[in-house]
Amino acid sequence: MQLDNATLLAAIERRFPGAILAHSEPHGMLTLETTREQIIDLLQFVKDDPEIEAIFLTSLCGMHYPDHAGKELGVVYHLHSFVQNLRFRIKIFFPVDDPHVPTATTVWPTANWMERQEYDFFGIIFTGHPDLRRILNVDDLDVFPMRKEYRLEDGTRTDKDDRFFGRKGHEGREFD
Amino acid sequence: MQVQSYFSSLDNLDGELSTLNLGPTHPATHGVFQNVLKMDGERIHSAEPTIGYIHRAFEKLAEHRPYNQITPITDRLNYCSSPINNMGWHMTVEKLIGCELPKRAQYMRVIIMELSRIADHLVCNSVIGVDTGALTGFTYMFQERELIYEMFEEVCGSRLTTNIGRIGGMERDFTPAFHAKLKAFMQGFPARFEEFNNLLERNRIFMDRCIGAGPISAERALAYGFTGPNLRATGVDYDVRVMTPYSSYEDFDFIIPVGSGQGDTYDRFMVRQEEIRQSLRIIDQACKNMPEGNYHADVPDFYLPSKPDVYTKMEALIYHFKVVMSETPIPVGEVYHCVEGGNGELGFYLISDGGRHPYRLHFRRPCFIYYQAFPEMIKGAMLSDAILAMSSMNVIAGELDA
Amino acid sequence: MGVSKAEVLEGYIGEGYQLTTVEKALGLARSNSIWPLPFATSCCGIEFMATMASTYDLARFGMERLSFSPRQADLLMVMGTIAKKMGPVLKQVYTQMAEPKWVIAVGACASSGGIFDTYSVLQGIDKVIPVDVYVPGCPPRPEQIIDGVMKIQELVQNETFRRRHSPEYQHLLEKYQIG
Repeated sequence: MQLDNATLLAAIERRFPGAILAHSEPHGMLTLETTREQIIDLLQFVKDDPEIEAIFLTSLCGMHYPDHAGKELGVVYHLHSFVQNLRFRIKIFFPVDDPHVPTATTVWPTANWMERQEYDFFGIIFTGHPDLRRILNVDDLDVFPMRKEYRLEDGTRTDKDDRFFGRKGHEGREFD
Repeated sequence: MQVQSYFSSLDNLDGELSTLNLGPTHPATHGVFQNVLKMDGERIHSAEPTIGYIHRAFEKLAEHRPYNQITPITDRLNYCSSPINNMGWHMTVEKLIGCELPKRAQYMRVIIMELSRIADHLVCNSVIGVDTGALTGFTYMFQERELIYEMFEEVCGSRLTTNIGRIGGMERDFTPAFHAKLKAFMQGFPARFEEFNNLLERNRIFMDRCIGAGPISAERALAYGFTGPNLRATGVDYDVRVMTPYSSYEDFDFIIPVGSGQGDTYDRFMVRQEEIRQSLRIIDQACKNMPEGNYHADVPDFYLPSKPDVYTKMEALIYHFKVVMSETPIPVGEVYHCVEGGNGELGFYLISDGGRHPYRLHFRRPCFIYYQAFPEMIKGAMLSDAILAMSSMNVIAGELDA
Repeated sequence: MGVSKAEVLEGYIGEGYQLTTVEKALGLARSNSIWPLPFATSCCGIEFMATMASTYDLARFGMERLSFSPRQADLLMVMGTIAKKMGPVLKQVYTQMAEPKWVIAVGACASSGGIFDTYSVLQGIDKVIPVDVYVPGCPPRPEQIIDGVMKIQELVQNETFRRRHSPEYQHLLEKYQIG
């Protein structure tokens, strides 16, 4: 049976009534929003269900919306069902004071490094992850650089004067 | 299998294992990543990779650059085949703004992308040869890469990090010099490529080195998120160009080569060799069937108007100013688009809030995702097989770390 | 044909002999037999591979033997972006090299951080090690890399014996906290 966005949504809502908080189809890709308590069961369901068979976790990425109180951090899972040739994404949001999300490594081993990257960038703590530590940045970095409050440039660099780049923050050069 | 029975006697040998640090600067690791290997003599017991030695913060950088200034950043992802990354990004933005390209521009993009795929696979395969000791293939095939570089120079002016194309099409039509160079390449390259192939394909030494080195099964590969030639070497025929065709790939007739199912180095080598031949086929078809038309779409909000118009017409001047100053209205939305890069599915997840810069841009980098499986692939192998497995996976440090 | 003759050293030339200083003779020998260490991290590394390949052929300049061990290398060619994580590794490789040693920073990222003005990229390797020649470009063409190498060869040829023991050089090393 060929699956499309509507039947996929119906199948998920049948199995998990009330789990889907919001759904939309930006540019044709079904986007669901759910809670972090139900995400792992939902992922396991779409992977194992013989009608959906979304066996491939394409990507997992974090987001930071500092203006949404109580839902500042988020994780987006992109899933792909080869057999049905269908892609869809699932989002979860949670507050920045309590950035705990159950790990998806129990469902797919590929989530291991993806979650480490999102921990490195946003500080999202994946409970149950076998080895949650920084992967791309230096190990002793004490900030989570992708969060919106941190600037892109290194504040301690001495050879560039921000005024010439139209930025504020670091002014004045030091000559050797 | 031999490996399991070998290790059953090693359960309490942890104190007798030696630690070997492979990298980050090492002649055989092509790129900067580190592996700390625990070895029992020559056999590897376990490996712990460390990456991030060339982390350049692309995702953060992309949040602070306007849309057309992100193209040079995508160049530096998989820098052996940077046109594919450029085109992928342009297609993502075009999907967001809802722009459809004329057929001619799409065919031009296909030619450029397939040329860069050939360049990428040539690097990988010659380097597999170098790691087994066969340097001749490397010197021959890099001459062919120079011809491809010359063609890129004709189109965009640069050899390696190309920044080819624009949002909405290509920046200029292909010049007669490009067509002449392409024709000469298509005539001369297949024969020279077969020469390189005959050096290695049925070479006793090469086959003995590569067969069985770094195998992975299709189930584990899918669980680890493999895509591209590494996945096809295990027997799964997943290619983004066929699954979700983009840029008129559905018009072309080509096969997807698939390995024997063992997923070892020899499979990966042969899959890439065959993909080069299929890319040549695609370029041939694109050249023969190139339709007439414009080389860019009509999106004056994103595509720079031609200079004679800018100097004479008022609206062209205003559009030019707006595009260069990035004051164009970008629709709010989110889009995920993927292309078949040299290493697999390169995806771009773009969230736009209507501002000059993307709100969030996430790169789905194939190298980062499949390198996780490396410790599993080399468990129980000898050190030289591990080196071969690493180079046959075509790990590009720029894509690994972003 | 474009055959050019090498310049003879200053000094007296006779039938089968040349009288010159040891410094000049040593400089000539050294500059044409440099053993480079290719510290290739990213895209400039691929252009370096093209420079070593047959079309541009760096081996003509005496650099046939690439040394990946810093103990056996004369010239450290840093090609590509150096992230802050890689900085200590680069410094360790530099200190492991024996005197006399030269450093060439190939590419915009090695010279000044390049297009990556970010929190994780070292804004130029001269923040951690002293550099002799900078080759700009992103990536530089092989001809530019060869030009940089030829400038290094000039430096090597004209270097005095006592330079590495002079107080200015010691002061330079102290500035970088090396040695």
